[in-house]
Amino acid sequence: MSNSIADKKPGDVSILLCGQAGQGIQTVEHLLMRILKSSGYCLFTGKEYMSRVRGGMNSTSIRISGSPVSAPSNRIDILVPLDKGGVSHVSCMLTSNTVVIGEKDSCGGEIPNGVALLDVPFSKIAAETGNKVYSNTVAVGALLFLLGLELEPNLHHIGEFFSGKPDDVVKKNLEAAGKGYASLAGTGTARLQMEFKSSPDVKEQLLLSGAEAVSLGALAGGCNFISSYPMSPSTGVLSFLAQHGSEFGIVVEQAEDEIAAINMAIGAWYAGARAMVTTSGGGFALMTEGLSLAGMLESPLVIHLAQRPGPATGLPTRTEQGDLEFALYGGHGEFPRIIFAPGTLEEGFTLAHRAFSVADKYQVPVIILTDQFFMDSCCNTPVFKLDDVDREKHFTGTSAGYRRYEMAANGISPRGIPGLGDGLVCVDSDEHDQEGHITENSVMRTMMVDKRLKKLESSMDDFIPPRLFETGSSNNLIVCWGSALSAVREAVEILGRDDTAVLHFSQVFPLDAALVREHFSKAEKTILVEGNATGQFGRILKGCTGVDFHGRILRYNGLSFASDELAAKINSCLQEGK
Amino acid sequence: MNRFDMELSDIAWCPGCGNYGILNVLKKTLDELGIQPEKMVLVSGIGQAAKIPHYFRTNFFNGLHGRALPPATAIKASNPSLTVIAESGDGDMYGEGGNHFIHTIRRNPGITNIVHNNMVYGLTKGQASPTSQAGFKTPIQVGGVFLEPFNPIAVALALDATFVARAFIGDQDRTREIFKKALMHKGYALVDVFQPCFTFNKINTFQWFREHTYYLDDTHDVHNRNQAFQKAVETDKLPLGVFYENTGRKTFEENIQETGKAVLPLHSQETDYGKLKDLILKFK
Ligand SMILES: Cc1ncc(C[n+]2csc(CCOP(=O)(O)OP(=O)(O)O)c2C)c(N)n1
Ligand code: SF4
Ligand SMILES: [Mg+2]
Repeated sequence: MSNSIADKKPGDVSILLCGQAGQGIQTVEHLLMRILKSSGYCLFTGKEYMSRVRGGMNSTSIRISGSPVSAPSNRIDILVPLDKGGVSHVSCMLTSNTVVIGEKDSCGGEIPNGVALLDVPFSKIAAETGNKVYSNTVAVGALLFLLGLELEPNLHHIGEFFSGKPDDVVKKNLEAAGKGYASLAGTGTARLQMEFKSSPDVKEQLLLSGAEAVSLGALAGGCNFISSYPMSPSTGVLSFLAQHGSEFGIVVEQAEDEIAAINMAIGAWYAGARAMVTTSGGGFALMTEGLSLAGMLESPLVIHLAQRPGPATGLPTRTEQGDLEFALYGGHGEFPRIIFAPGTLEEGFTLAHRAFSVADKYQVPVIILTDQFFMDSCCNTPVFKLDDVDREKHFTGTSAGYRRYEMAANGISPRGIPGLGDGLVCVDSDEHDQEGHITENSVMRTMMVDKRLKKLESSMDDFIPPRLFETGSSNNLIVCWGSALSAVREAVEILGRDDTAVLHFSQVFPLDAALVREHFSKAEKTILVEGNATGQFGRILKGCTGVDFHGRILRYNGLSFASDELAAKINSCLQEGK
Repeated sequence: MNRFDMELSDIAWCPGCGNYGILNVLKKTLDELGIQPEKMVLVSGIGQAAKIPHYFRTNFFNGLHGRALPPATAIKASNPSLTVIAESGDGDMYGEGGNHFIHTIRRNPGITNIVHNNMVYGLTKGQASPTSQAGFKTPIQVGGVFLEPFNPIAVALALDATFVARAFIGDQDRTREIFKKALMHKGYALVDVFQPCFTFNKINTFQWFREHTYYLDDTHDVHNRNQAFQKAVETDKLPLGVFYENTGRKTFEENIQETGKAVLPLHSQETDYGKLKDLILKFK
């Protein structure tokens, strides 16, 4: 049965690594990614894990392709169970086309009928090499063989990965990889023929995660202050900036709670810093009073909100797009805000640095809305460009008589900072006059509300329009936002329908109503795809522009969209009513 | 008149309130220390006490109820050349902001924390505050307060706050001396100021504080934390003056520069795009 893999000739290869938390999944993933990228293949990895540090089953899916891929697929070509229970964890997704490569002794009993097992005794080979811990490297060796790759030219990646460890450990790992490779090489096992071509371009690209893209974007945006409280899946950004804090001179503070975090960030902006907070739904809930403060003080602020399924603690390590309306409406009172939601790594980088510049320019809070799927997914992407980063700082020196809230036609008063000039910078969370002093004058109140709200209109100068992806003249429009983009685009590609376009919003608020209506007016059928249970973006779109949808595809089981599954759903949605 | 005075048309404090004394003494002390209004920031929360920036010619950040300390810490961290004072009422600092009170002391930023302690919630019209004494009756605590009063001095000492003092605004001269020491201290300085509230606290009046307080004298060693703690838990008569001072600890600003390698002030920091480019390329 083992030759079924050679018969399959898929357009891309999908590998699933499955094992206990804290075990070798990361090692196998990292080594494979390095090797495959240097071979010029397009890559994607996505993680699904449980909220525990050790034990429990985790899985990482790796897709290898000749063209860019950035969404998981439900199809599993190769399953690598690294621990007992790894097969059962995903058994409903296995088909007769799946090859399981693993130890018969540990997972033999879990293999469903009709699924092939390629028995490679990882731990036995590892033990023979000197220690059971080498079994992950044995698995890497075996996988290289199965994927039709050569061993020798790739050994240096393994050496580099373990560099810093004692020489003996490096040597043993190289040996283990070799033995894993050899365990299949002499057995007549069929190797996978990758139908797609590798590309030299990929070798020159970046390979990174959403958390890394957003963090690099924050650095490009001039972030020099981050105060936050750890919460999955947002912590990656805090730890990235902490790792690189001293290199870039950043103040990094783990606050006592999210309330302190956001109030610190606002204080830092007041004093001339460029500050951000990173959090998830529960932490954002604690931040809403501070968000409202930023609205009232007219303070710039950048909030990275990485969503996970709620309510309450919800599914701490899973994904959802369920906090959009919360991000939009959170915080008491009426004040402007801008919300970005990147759909690609490149957008993660670009929107993060833009968040700083538009927050500064319009003196409003900007929320970058991501999620666990986006944070933890990794793929290759063109090298981020720094040329188009807006490096302008928008605060000014002041002179005597300066008034922080001077009335301005566009709502934007020059923002002074304390100590820079002879003026006094007075900001107040009470309603205030132009000097920043408390007032209850109803005329002044009305003027100030109007001034603050005016900035939302002004910010449309920097509005990021939704992107339309279409191949022909389309009758159907699939609408999505944020991280759903990759799966939606791939789903439409899988369907091969050139009558169907994708409209993706990476700025989800404020919206350009006329532009949205124009897109909708051309479509016969519109379908909404969102990672939540109630169609939140659909509601916002309808409220802002009046448009409606013919169909909705909503996912809220804690897992990200898979392109193949989504393709089937889109197809049946398009068939309906025909 | 001094440089912190401003024309006041509308003061929200009741005539005869202890807040006026604190306002006067603080302005005088800052003036005497040669601090310029443009080079300092007065950070406050919400409450009667927290309105003080509106009667002061200076930079100010009048934030949220209970949240004066986090922005004050961040302002000092972003620009250590500014003199930063965080000032609010007892409810604001010890109740709503209690968690920040604890952790700000741990951080030890170079800020002066002045707390107007009237043992009541003034702005919201007379409910108990964390420092209200047992038996204090209010429209909410109708049978009298039965919770143990919060002891800010003892809590601050437990956390090894680097400067801990208590003043009584009935004595403006001694309060000024204490403020001066606090403002000159390097690191976090707490001054809890007894401030009688005429309107909502008929128990803890000027007269009551006069009778129930005494000043620590020369025999008190401000570097002896154990002795300070003994004084802090006295209740029949409440000691006033500087309880404790520790000049050995690094400030938050020093730590973020030395350990964290932050480049201050942040407003004049420029991103090193060359370095960033190199970092990006490491992901190749
Ligand atoms: C989040 C929040 N909760 C409650 C209030 C209402 N509030 C304003 S001031 C205050 C208490 C004031 O007491 P204190 O801090 O002792 O100041 P005082 O008025 O006595 O000077 C309260 C409960 C508020 N503004 N914000
Ligand atoms: S209510 Fe009390 S604390 Fe407030 S101003 Fe009046 S007397 Fe002073
Ligand atoms: Mg009070």
